[in-house]
Amino acid sequence: MGLEKWKMLWSLFVVFLKIGPVTFGGGYAMIPVIEREVVEKRKWLRAEDVADVFAVAGSVPGAIAINSATFIGYRIAGVAGAVAATIGVLLPTFCIVLALSLFFLEMKDNPKVEAAFLSIRATIVALIVFAAYKTWKTAAVDKATVALIAVTVVTLVFFNQYVHPVALIFGGACAGIAIVWLRKKLGLKSKRKLHKDEQVYDYMI
Amino acid sequence: MLFELFVTFLMIGLVSFGGGYAMIPVIQEQVVERHGWMEAQQFSDVIAVAGMSPGPIATNIAIFIGYEQHGLIGALVAMFGTILPSLVLILGLGMLFYKISEHPLVKSSFYGLRSVVTGLIFYTAIMFAGNNGMLSSFSWFTWSQILIFAGSLVAFLVFRKHPVTVIAISGLVGIALYG
Repeated sequence: MGLEKWKMLWSLFVVFLKIGPVTFGGGYAMIPVIEREVVEKRKWLRAEDVADVFAVAGSVPGAIAINSATFIGYRIAGVAGAVAATIGVLLPTFCIVLALSLFFLEMKDNPKVEAAFLSIRATIVALIVFAAYKTWKTAAVDKATVALIAVTVVTLVFFNQYVHPVALIFGGACAGIAIVWLRKKLGLKSKRKLHKDEQVYDYMI
Repeated sequence: MLFELFVTFLMIGLVSFGGGYAMIPVIQEQVVERHGWMEAQQFSDVIAVAGMSPGPIATNIAIFIGYEQHGLIGALVAMFGTILPSLVLILGLGMLFYKISEHPLVKSSFYGLRSVVTGLIFYTAIMFAGNNGMLSSFSWFTWSQILIFAGSLVAFLVFRKHPVTVIAISGLVGIALYG
């Protein structure tokens, strides 16, 4: 690898290192930052490429923030670029989580920390309900999806021992295909109310 | 042990469609029930710490559990396990994924997937409420928990406060109430 290539990899790493902390609570918070850094400032990608990036990042498993870093790195500088960008985006997170875990594991038996966490646990339930509400807004677009959500919750609550959550995820994909196919076969039109695409993914990615 | 950590989080990374919060029951099933690495209550603290940190929640959980189980190497191995499936898929099939993301079959499977993911997140909330004694008999403690829950939810939904802010305030409330 020539010097130019190394320079490129270094700047990819640095750009995503800076973007990393922005992803606090959500990959889609990255979009404007990526546009500014990658499109406007460095001119590595065109604005329309950014849409492709997020289409891929959203259809592959894993977090949008990391996936889009990997994909942009790959588009710009191949496999080495993908690795540089991924490490860049992960490094700040890794250090912060590590520091917090260290702190927590050291302090968890302190009565004050114990008391704080009693309250924080209730807040975490609220945070999860909030995440559920946000996903609900993109997922529950018609009666079939609402029914599917209800079936999932009931199955998990009552038949938790018999059904693996991973099986449910794959079942959901199959059910989606089946519902759309059946609807076509019966000649029904889907009465979807698509909610305005706000940044629903904020807290879940 | 390291290998077990790696495989567990590799599996989680492979199925984490639609965001980290839906992965919490999957991670709990593996970490608490299958491997017995921690108790349900401890797991709920892991989620609290992961929720305070920037970055994707599933990766944060992996780093914390990896660290707790096997130090720095464990944290690295668990994190690498979670991101490896998406890394390989993007490098190998990136452009293909772009082409198929508009395919009707992919769209309809995501249509169903999103519903299940939503259901999983709702279930996670119910499960955690149960773990924390929020659904048990009515006592002073239960009421205080419900109040903290409601207050936090309003902070998220209505005031759009950042999780870190809400968690920090909640911690102070906890010290005042239970300390």
